[in-house]
Amino acid sequence: MPTVQEYPAKTYDVIVVGAGHAGCEAALAAARMGQETLLITISLEMLAFMPCNPSVGGPAKGTVVREIDALGGEMGKNIDRTYIQMRMLNTGKGPAVRALRAQADKAAYHRSMKQVIEAQPHLDLRQGLVERLLVEDGVCVGVVAATGAQYHAKSVVLTAGTSSRGKIIIGELMYSSGPNNSLPSIHLSEDLEQLGFKLRRFKTGTPPRVEGSTIDFAKTEKQPGDKTPNHFSFTTPDSRYRLDQLSCWMTYTNATTHQIIRDNLDRAPMFSGVIKGIGPRYCPSIEDKVVRFADKPRHQLFLEPEGEDTSEYYVGDFSTSMPEEVQLKMLHSVAGLEHAELMRPGYAIEYDVIEPWQLRHTLETKVVANLFTAGQMNGTSGYEEAAGQGLIAGINAALRAAGKPGFTLKRSDAYIGVLIDDLVTKGTNEPYRLLTSRAEYRLLLRHDNADLRLTPYGHELGLIDDARYAAFEAKRAAIEAELARLNQVRLTPRQVNEWLEAQGAAPLKDGVLAADFLRRPEVSYADLMQFIPTPQPLDHRVTEQVTIQIKYAGYIAKEEASIAKLRRLEAKRIPANIDYNAITGLATEARQKLTKIQPETIAQAGRISGVNPADVAILSVYIEQGRIAKVQAG
Amino acid sequence: MPETVTAAETIAAISTPPGEGAIAIVRLSGATAVATANAVFRGADLTQVASHTIHYGHIIDPANRQVVDEVMVSVMRAPKTFTREDVIEINCHGGIVATNRILQIVLQAGARLAEPGEFTKRAFLNGRIDLTQAESVMDIIRAKTDRAMQVAENTLDGDLRKLITTLRQDILEVLAQVEVNIDYPEYDTDELTTKLMLAKAQAVLTRVDALLATATTGKVLREGLATAIIGRPNVGKSSILNRLLHEDKAIVTDVAGTTRDVLEEYVNVQGVPLKLVDTAGIRDTADKVEKIGVARSKQALTAADLVLLVLDASQPLTADDRELIALTQTKRRIVVLNKQDLPAQLDRTELAQLVPQAEWLETTATSSVGLAPLASRIAQLFNTGVTNSQTQVMVANARQADLLRQAQTSLHSVIDGIHAGMPIDLVQIDMTAAWDQLGEITGDAAPDELITQLFSQFCLGK
Repeated sequence: MPTVQEYPAKTYDVIVVGAGHAGCEAALAAARMGQETLLITISLEMLAFMPCNPSVGGPAKGTVVREIDALGGEMGKNIDRTYIQMRMLNTGKGPAVRALRAQADKAAYHRSMKQVIEAQPHLDLRQGLVERLLVEDGVCVGVVAATGAQYHAKSVVLTAGTSSRGKIIIGELMYSSGPNNSLPSIHLSEDLEQLGFKLRRFKTGTPPRVEGSTIDFAKTEKQPGDKTPNHFSFTTPDSRYRLDQLSCWMTYTNATTHQIIRDNLDRAPMFSGVIKGIGPRYCPSIEDKVVRFADKPRHQLFLEPEGEDTSEYYVGDFSTSMPEEVQLKMLHSVAGLEHAELMRPGYAIEYDVIEPWQLRHTLETKVVANLFTAGQMNGTSGYEEAAGQGLIAGINAALRAAGKPGFTLKRSDAYIGVLIDDLVTKGTNEPYRLLTSRAEYRLLLRHDNADLRLTPYGHELGLIDDARYAAFEAKRAAIEAELARLNQVRLTPRQVNEWLEAQGAAPLKDGVLAADFLRRPEVSYADLMQFIPTPQPLDHRVTEQVTIQIKYAGYIAKEEASIAKLRRLEAKRIPANIDYNAITGLATEARQKLTKIQPETIAQAGRISGVNPADVAILSVYIEQGRIAKVQAG
Repeated sequence: MPETVTAAETIAAISTPPGEGAIAIVRLSGATAVATANAVFRGADLTQVASHTIHYGHIIDPANRQVVDEVMVSVMRAPKTFTREDVIEINCHGGIVATNRILQIVLQAGARLAEPGEFTKRAFLNGRIDLTQAESVMDIIRAKTDRAMQVAENTLDGDLRKLITTLRQDILEVLAQVEVNIDYPEYDTDELTTKLMLAKAQAVLTRVDALLATATTGKVLREGLATAIIGRPNVGKSSILNRLLHEDKAIVTDVAGTTRDVLEEYVNVQGVPLKLVDTAGIRDTADKVEKIGVARSKQALTAADLVLLVLDASQPLTADDRELIALTQTKRRIVVLNKQDLPAQLDRTELAQLVPQAEWLETTATSSVGLAPLASRIAQLFNTGVTNSQTQVMVANARQADLLRQAQTSLHSVIDGIHAGMPIDLVQIDMTAAWDQLGEITGDAAPDELITQLFSQFCLGK
């Protein structure tokens, strides 16, 4: 076989490998920060492709999309252009956990993102398979494509997703493949191993797709979109909200489905030992659920349209790698799917991931300098988690190319901060999914205040333009002004008691501050405005902030107090040259983990799994003693 | 190079309570413990003997080669020792002078005097015990009575830990329920009810309240019940003091670090440790006439949890007596009618109007008459409202009590929040706080538990 001749191709500031949800954000961020950027990917048809569920957002993930938007990323804007349904979840709960989720038109989502990237100055888009990295003295200086093209750059972002030595498994059938039968990336994995990276195998899966015209929707429950406008991007106006939304449909598995699965477990790769990669606990295959939760008589399924101009339906929560024959039987046992035509079988996919403890909080690798990794190859699952990392990796690759210090988000700043800190501090033993329960301060990390938290960073980085920043500052000022007004204006019993009595609420005895009045559970901001209206009605995004900040002030103060406590621990820095083996009191596992992960602060050390509170206590005392000894010696 | 302290110096201290015991122990710990002991020991070569063996011999003063004492020396090499360092224990004949002499010799031979609690600190730093265990060891070291010791041992064994762990598990189950309903809004797990949260919060609160009720008892066991013996001059305060001290042969003293300074005087009365306030004041005058009057009694009163007000039954009530009776009205009090051996002069009818008869107690301190009932009364007063079961889990120290109080506040906030109609995910902030605060007591606050729990209990999708 002839050898491919390598040739020097163009030189860039930043190269991004892979154009999934991480790669697109990384490339756009780098280019928007003024760096000459190349986005190279195996197939341009797979750019911003959704190989699994046709939806964006949900609890925690929806907040990440808003955070990406506040930092000047694209995901929020792109889903706002291409959704076919929008729903606010958890509306019956508090503001901390409300979540927006959109059903996406998959094809439109891809097309729209591709257009944005094509139109982006400083950004070249190219189809190509990257085979290896160019590394000089432990510093990444470029990549080499299968065609022989050598691209040089000051920094490189890898977002290989599930392509890395990907292997699709459907029952007894097994073949080398990237997602959705795309070309896998084989040599890059080998190159990474040679460079000294520790890789491991993860597994994920996707459910079958069926032909919509063969579904009996009458036997399912309709789940329509919301009438009240909501978008992901802080820049999308309410006037753009679409009212002609498509519905999703709910149905359930039953005893017959479960029997079919149990009868065929010997053919399920998950149980026959074929699959060695570790799958996600929170997104288990249906066979996994039937085995692990044997007492559940049924499991809920969602039938989700894949787009407006296709009749493909995604069978949500029905992920499986059973043989096709069994998948058909399983599907046909479900109410509404008795005659469903299978369009694509579900499959499991195994792939390589980089053990994420080899990364810094900037997502630069500790193994090779100027090399950043993001997305599923860091061990996460989900489009939103990928995009959030891609944005941070892209920002840091651009900063590195420009010779500037890195940018990181703390756990108290953003869900993206929680995500990255979890990855680099704890690593992950399964595909990592962001959950609200992973965030300690979720009342402060709300989706509605993502702009207040992060827009200043986005502006400073050059990802938020002056016009948008001015609009943001105007909003912030309006919130402050209204808060100040409500903490000044008083209401008299004469003003409000008639209304209160009509509501069946206790009347006032004395005058009260408007803010205190608003704190009453039965009073909304709109109610308050009938007594003390503003000259012009304020934007609902402003009044929402005012309401939350007043109604939940007590809880917000508690979270701020615990953040202050965390900051004290974050301030306790661990000396970089510390020798954990010299601290005999540490448990062996703690010593190994600390040596491996090299935490920068006591707080971070405490979050490492396998490092117990006792170890942290010992470590703190040692460091404190060292400090005292130094002071005394000095 | 590590920036931290590693090689620890060898430390030494007298590790038995001071006083006239039959045997005292001087303990050394550190890398050079064996060599240091060997340098002042005549007998077997301690550097060559097997670990965990005991050897007969003599301690020699290196300065003049004189025998100081006949001793048994235990050699225990790292790591299977209390501190995980080499440990030497010199068992010598009791007596403060001889023991101190041995300590001095060991110090001259290269050891450093241990700071208070330093052996325990090393055990902790070397991973031998965790923080709560260390705390318990310190409690045991400071325990004034057998019962206090038992409470501390219970903590060490983990009775308190077990109880707290159970409470935290209860809380965790609710938290996991809430999380599931937030992260999987469409999933058909059991519908979360604020009812469940309310019920759990109340149940846990009841247990926390009960535990906190023991905190006072625990504190007294640990720190002693501050007791003042008051009365005007010559009513017999010093005799009562002396009798109390005499009844209890083993005087417990609080010692800072080694044997240097006696801070307070303790007496163990039927298991209740009394911390005697201003004994010096009484003693100063013990062999002369008692001159301590009302002024000094008033001073002693302020710090006292228990007052023994001594009256002279052989004399009529004076204005001073009446004033002291009035001053102690709100205190836990025993009114001691002393000098029953002399003709009674005190007007009991008048006294009954001033002091409920239930508080009276008659003694003749000079001949110990009535002293046993006095001791019983003290024990009874202390135990009022507190179950006397020795197996009861008790909160023994201020840190634990403080965290329990914080958890109590958080649980009240949960209940208040639910009643105020706050969303469950906000109420949960307080429930999580309670969980953290309880976790701090046992030293295991590990946030990942929550997620693990979430996955182990529920079948989830989407």
